[in-house]
Amino acid sequence: MSLTYEDVVSKYEPVLGLEVHVELNTNSKMFCGCSTTFGAEPNTQTCPVCLALPGALPVVNEKAIESTIKIGLALNCSIAPFSRFARKNYFYPDMPKNFQISQYDEPICVNGYVDVEIETDEGPKKFRVEVERVHMEEDTGKSLHVGGATGRIHGAEYSLLDYNRAGIPLVEIVTKIVPGTGKYAPEVAKAYVAELRDILRSLGVSDVKMEQGSLRCDANVSLRLIGAEKLGTRSETKNVNSLRSVERAVRGEMIRHAELLNKGERVVQETRHFQEESGLTRSGRSKEQAEDYRYFPEPDLVPVEPDAAWIEELRAQLPERPSVHRKRLQEEWTVPDKEMAAMINADLLDTVEATVILGSDPTKARSWWLGEISRIANEQNVSVKELAITPTDVAEIVALVAKGELTDKLARQVVEGVIAGEGKPAAVIAARGIKVVNDDSALMAAIEKACAEQPETADKVRNGHLPAAGALIGAIMKETKGQADAARVRELLLSFLGQA
Amino acid sequence: MIRSSAAEMATALAKGEVTSVALTQLHLDRIVSVDKDVHAFLHIDTEGALAQASAVDAKRAKGEKLSPLAGVPLALKDVLAQKGVPTTCGSKILEGWRPPYDSTVVANLKKNDIVILGKTNMDEFAMGSSTENSAYGPTHNPWDLSRIPGGSGGGSAASLAAFEAPLAIGTDTGGSIRQPAAVTGTVGVKPTYGGVSRYGLVAFSSSLDQAGPCARTVLDTALLHEAIAGHDPRDATSINAPVPQVVAAAKSGDVKGMKIGVVKELNGDGYQPGVRARFEESLELLAKAGAEIVEVSCPNFEYALAAYYLIAPSECSSNLARFDAMRYGLRVGDVDGASAEEVMNLTREVGFGREVKRRIILGTYALSSGYYDAYYGSAQKVRTLITQDFTSAFAKADVLVSPTCPTTAFKIGEKSNDPLAMYLNDIATIPVNMAGIGGMSLPSGLADEDGLPVGFQIMSPVMKDERMYSVGAALEAALLSKWGAPILSKAPALGGVA
Repeated sequence: MSLTYEDVVSKYEPVLGLEVHVELNTNSKMFCGCSTTFGAEPNTQTCPVCLALPGALPVVNEKAIESTIKIGLALNCSIAPFSRFARKNYFYPDMPKNFQISQYDEPICVNGYVDVEIETDEGPKKFRVEVERVHMEEDTGKSLHVGGATGRIHGAEYSLLDYNRAGIPLVEIVTKIVPGTGKYAPEVAKAYVAELRDILRSLGVSDVKMEQGSLRCDANVSLRLIGAEKLGTRSETKNVNSLRSVERAVRGEMIRHAELLNKGERVVQETRHFQEESGLTRSGRSKEQAEDYRYFPEPDLVPVEPDAAWIEELRAQLPERPSVHRKRLQEEWTVPDKEMAAMINADLLDTVEATVILGSDPTKARSWWLGEISRIANEQNVSVKELAITPTDVAEIVALVAKGELTDKLARQVVEGVIAGEGKPAAVIAARGIKVVNDDSALMAAIEKACAEQPETADKVRNGHLPAAGALIGAIMKETKGQADAARVRELLLSFLGQA
Repeated sequence: MIRSSAAEMATALAKGEVTSVALTQLHLDRIVSVDKDVHAFLHIDTEGALAQASAVDAKRAKGEKLSPLAGVPLALKDVLAQKGVPTTCGSKILEGWRPPYDSTVVANLKKNDIVILGKTNMDEFAMGSSTENSAYGPTHNPWDLSRIPGGSGGGSAASLAAFEAPLAIGTDTGGSIRQPAAVTGTVGVKPTYGGVSRYGLVAFSSSLDQAGPCARTVLDTALLHEAIAGHDPRDATSINAPVPQVVAAAKSGDVKGMKIGVVKELNGDGYQPGVRARFEESLELLAKAGAEIVEVSCPNFEYALAAYYLIAPSECSSNLARFDAMRYGLRVGDVDGASAEEVMNLTREVGFGREVKRRIILGTYALSSGYYDAYYGSAQKVRTLITQDFTSAFAKADVLVSPTCPTTAFKIGEKSNDPLAMYLNDIATIPVNMAGIGGMSLPSGLADEDGLPVGFQIMSPVMKDERMYSVGAALEAALLSKWGAPILSKAPALGGVA
């Protein structure tokens, strides 16, 4: 009785809302001087301020304000001349002060938008995702609940707390509701997060690593009957840790909501947790009874009033927009639309670009990354970026082929070796004894040997039947263990048999 | 020696007439002999104080240039973090906590080689006007041990009046420096908000709290003021501007041509006759010294107390949320199977006193969704109106004056079951905190009806703190020549020792 996606979108219109949390890559925390390095020993990056010792006070990290303004500008927002921090009060052991300093009704950036383009049945189509606000806040510490089945606090025997993350600067980017995407809602959601990630990366304000949690997406989804005005009840899916998961989570929630609605049941307003393995979501915290956070302006901080001239200075320094950048690359590299789309979908544009910047021919770089290397990644069931090969390696291999020091076939062996962890290209070549045989005298010996072993075939060639040369070339290549340049072999063979 | 002013002690130290170790020991001995009656101190840091004193003596012996108060002892209110020294804020919930860091005030005291004798008693988390809300028992007023020494900084004020220390640090959220000064016959100053760093001051109400100097003379207060004040990058609300020249003002004490505004609303009904008499007398002395007395009206002060009891509890409900047994202080109920939430609840139940709980509940309610606009929102509007009242009053006068509090010291236990009566004690001091301006209380004499000290309050505009010191010094000089001896010479002897 399970519904198909087509059933869902023929009856319901999805409405999206996306909240993205970005950890800024500032050297120090939002309100103190502690380091923000990822993966340090637990509780080594803390101080009186981020541990909320009695008497300690927060001071705003100016670099974080600068990064947030840059984000706002890049997302076409207005920058508020006056904004404030507020306290969001609730008790939880991983939050040292038992309130979070966040921005509430006076955020620093408002009213922006992001344009995304996706492939539809009618070709590429642009969607505008409107951004309601961009605001600053601090991250909480991390809890590790030990014992108990679910890794949740309930049922745990004890919990460990790591406050290294407490106070890491976070920027929250909240969209307005996104209607009108129809059946493309999952693709629009994914394209929006991807575009946002590219913009943030181009600004250099965050590592934007979804798998490490430096970019986290909460996807709000609701359904309403096509043509209906009133919005349906939404669910908020958290823990969406990759672009692919964004798409899967939205699609999965649309189907789940539709099944409930078709049965005449109601959708519960709640947070849900996305589960990577199943692609399904699991019920989290109910939001039916709105929690009262008792927000009020943070009295320990003064309002943020950025100088207008400074904002203009930051605006002037904005890098090229990723969409413009992509267009420029496509023109410079003369890549057809379809291949460009493939590169973007595979999330390899930046990798190919890095390879080209290192001197590689764009077409060669692209064909390595999207061809052989992607194939190996597929075989191993990992993403290309997890492989041990880097743009530097590929650029080096492409250069060696261009110089004639490797054939394409040998180059593939080098790529394999690098991916297998045998070292950098030079090390793989040395260890495997890979070398192009371009010593004519060695080739001549092999040619003579082959002709002596297959005299009839050699005669056919002598008499002008050139296709027969293939058998001889095969034998010569075999003799030279595939290390000879096949074109050179053919040239020498034909000349030896009087046909050149 | 212990009855001298801090400035006199500093001179004796500089001349080599006494060492800091000897001076410190004199005060430690005094504490031992009288504090069992007064209970001004929660913790006496004998070892630390003597070590600090001997370090100052060594520096002096080497001929190093020292700050004006180097080697003079001081009593520190137990709400300021001092590295390695117990800091309880008068609460059970922080029992045993030793901060791993120094508050900026303490760092400044150490930088100035001021010797810290120990930590003084206070109403729990600075919530109160009598020091009866301390979890460690009340402090007694040296003028009459059956009476309160004011609050929340009753310990600091009493230590001065009992000659246990010549200098003390207080904090003032609604009058906690000035009201204790008034009822103990000492001097206390709440500097302009942002004038002294709040870093390391355990917060009660962040937008109102301000640490300040307490002493027995205006000049001593000024010397201490300059030692602790100044911009601190670790406090975002700290003012980045030069420290007002308060020592120079206290030394000159010149009020010729100054306009002194009497706040009409802070006098009259509810003020004890003896308090009013001493106030009028002080005005006459100031007029004689060359000041012009004018009357100003601040109509919105009427709402100050109500607004204060919304803003301060609101902020405290959030500030005190961090006391959750997770990282420091008391932990109750941590038995097998207890959840973090249960431990938090039990600890807070046991660890906080009645007044603190009352204010947390009040503040939580005032900030709740649906009530925010009516309570916290309206209170903030009143705050703006009070600030505007001050602005127009300061257009007519250089400083404003009033009695510091409506009555002299009341009996211990007299108002403990009537929080509203207790709150009324701060009616004249609260507007100053609401507007973030400076305020001073100095003794204006004894009330005829009970022979207890009365305080005179001087208020000065933001970062014009020097003005209240000029007026304070002028009044102090005039009163001294009238009395012939400092007011504290009239206080009874304690525990049989003079």
